[in-house]
Amino acid sequence: MDVVKSVLEKSAKEAENYKSIEVKKLIDIDVGALLAVDSNALDSKALRVSPNDYLLKLTRDNTQLLFNEIFELPTEKIDEVIVAKLPKQRFSLPRCKPVPKPRPLTKWQEFAKAKGIVKKKKSKLSWDEQLKKWIPLYGFRRTTAQKEKDWVLEVPQNANPMEDQFAKKIEAKSERVAKNELQRLRNIAKARNVKVPRFGISNPDVSSAKELQAAVTVAKSSTASLGKFQEKLPKEKEARGVSSITPGATRKRKLPPLSSSEEKSQNLNIADSVLNKRPKIDLEKAVSRHINEEQLQRSEEKKSERPKRQKRSGGGGGKKKPKSSNRSRKGKVAGGRKRR
Amino acid sequence: MVVIQRVVKATTRKGKKILLKKEPQVAEGPKKLLFFQGRRSSEKLRRLSKDLYDLKKPDAQMLSKKNDITIFENATPVEAFCKKYESPLFIMSSHSKKRPDNLVIGRMYNYNLLDMIELHVEAHEGLKEFACSKIALASKPCLVFNGPQWEETEVFKHLKSLFVDIFHREKVESVSLQGLQHTISFTATPEGKILIRSYKVMMKKSGCKTPRVELEEMGEDFVFITA
Repeated sequence: MDVVKSVLEKSAKEAENYKSIEVKKLIDIDVGALLAVDSNALDSKALRVSPNDYLLKLTRDNTQLLFNEIFELPTEKIDEVIVAKLPKQRFSLPRCKPVPKPRPLTKWQEFAKAKGIVKKKKSKLSWDEQLKKWIPLYGFRRTTAQKEKDWVLEVPQNANPMEDQFAKKIEAKSERVAKNELQRLRNIAKARNVKVPRFGISNPDVSSAKELQAAVTVAKSSTASLGKFQEKLPKEKEARGVSSITPGATRKRKLPPLSSSEEKSQNLNIADSVLNKRPKIDLEKAVSRHINEEQLQRSEEKKSERPKRQKRSGGGGGKKKPKSSNRSRKGKVAGGRKRR
Repeated sequence: MVVIQRVVKATTRKGKKILLKKEPQVAEGPKKLLFFQGRRSSEKLRRLSKDLYDLKKPDAQMLSKKNDITIFENATPVEAFCKKYESPLFIMSSHSKKRPDNLVIGRMYNYNLLDMIELHVEAHEGLKEFACSKIALASKPCLVFNGPQWEETEVFKHLKSLFVDIFHREKVESVSLQGLQHTISFTATPEGKILIRSYKVMMKKSGCKTPRVELEEMGEDFVFITA
């Protein structure tokens, strides 16, 4: 008991030597942003008299409170440095750029995803049997390695002996590059929703028969009469799926032939609809006519009242012209012939 | 990594990386600050800009030429500057007879002007005037706002947001306990003045784990008045 007491006394004495870390104040602290906002009123007298000292004391108190919060946080040791893990920042600040939207997948990426194809990582160097050494597949020294391999190119059996195989290889490569570029641009157009015509032919040598057919159909219907008077070759067929961009150009298909009973019932239906016609009532016209008649009636009544009123007042105000009644509009008088 | 789909591809890998960096990111780094002048600048403003620039290094850029910009009439040249130097924050200093020692602090969203505030600099004492050892560069400061006005008035709330944006450097998830060396205090007096002081933090022994904080004034001393 004595030992405990003495230890406590000792620690109390030691604590007295050091200054306290207590601050009796209530302020708003956002530890995530290392931010302290003190909304208590300022001592304006002290501000005027000795601003520096007052501000120093005030800031010291607030910083002490902030540090008290920081030192309560969980810490960990990274590379000999003690680091406190901060919570999420409460004070919201605007971003400098908008949040990026996820990019739509390209045609190949969608296909790969559907099929479950995963990209295999290839190493840069590969062993080549012909040259008996490691050559790079891309980048530095690739072209020189390829040139070494291509010191001679065999002319295949079925090829023209006068053809330049080297030029052919170069041309094939440039074609592949062009095709890749076209596909890349198509993917970009798809991603940005830019409409690109499907039927333009970029390279007539490489287009399929379908593409050519579609292009011909579209070209034909670009006349003033939508291709009605353009001649067709004997076995030429029109392309399908083009109707969206050639409205009115494609001919209507013939309806399938009907059986005799169906045809009979169809014709009878047409005859019925013609003969059983009842006068259709245009509701709006009827209502407005009714309203007009009511208004006329009222005006007639008022007119009959007015001469009495005028006699009383002594003829004040000019007489209004009576509105032309509906009856005078009718040309022929209903009910009968002209009497002789 | 997201593939950029530009119509014109960058020819070099370095160029591609630079373009990727300019695209919007999910998590953004520290915001850069751009200092530039208006039609005329005064000695006081130049020293102030230089001090703030030293404080904000390496996330700051200073332009030395004068520019014929009237920012509140047409902010398009400022937007062009910020886009070129990739800094969403800017401080423009200008001095004229009718508006002496003027400072305009503003920020951009997607390189379009978001907001800006005009301040008048009343007094300024630079770093050199304080005889004190300085702190390491690029340390994250603690920000202290004194005064009830910061929460009450709309203008001051706006200013608080701007100051935090400028001085807080970047969002961090953890901070080294030894590295908390810098404190900046913003005081809003009842007259409408803003006093900014910069202190060096010294941690003294106390009886327990949390140290006793002592401050020493090391840095600049600004007095701003909202225009």
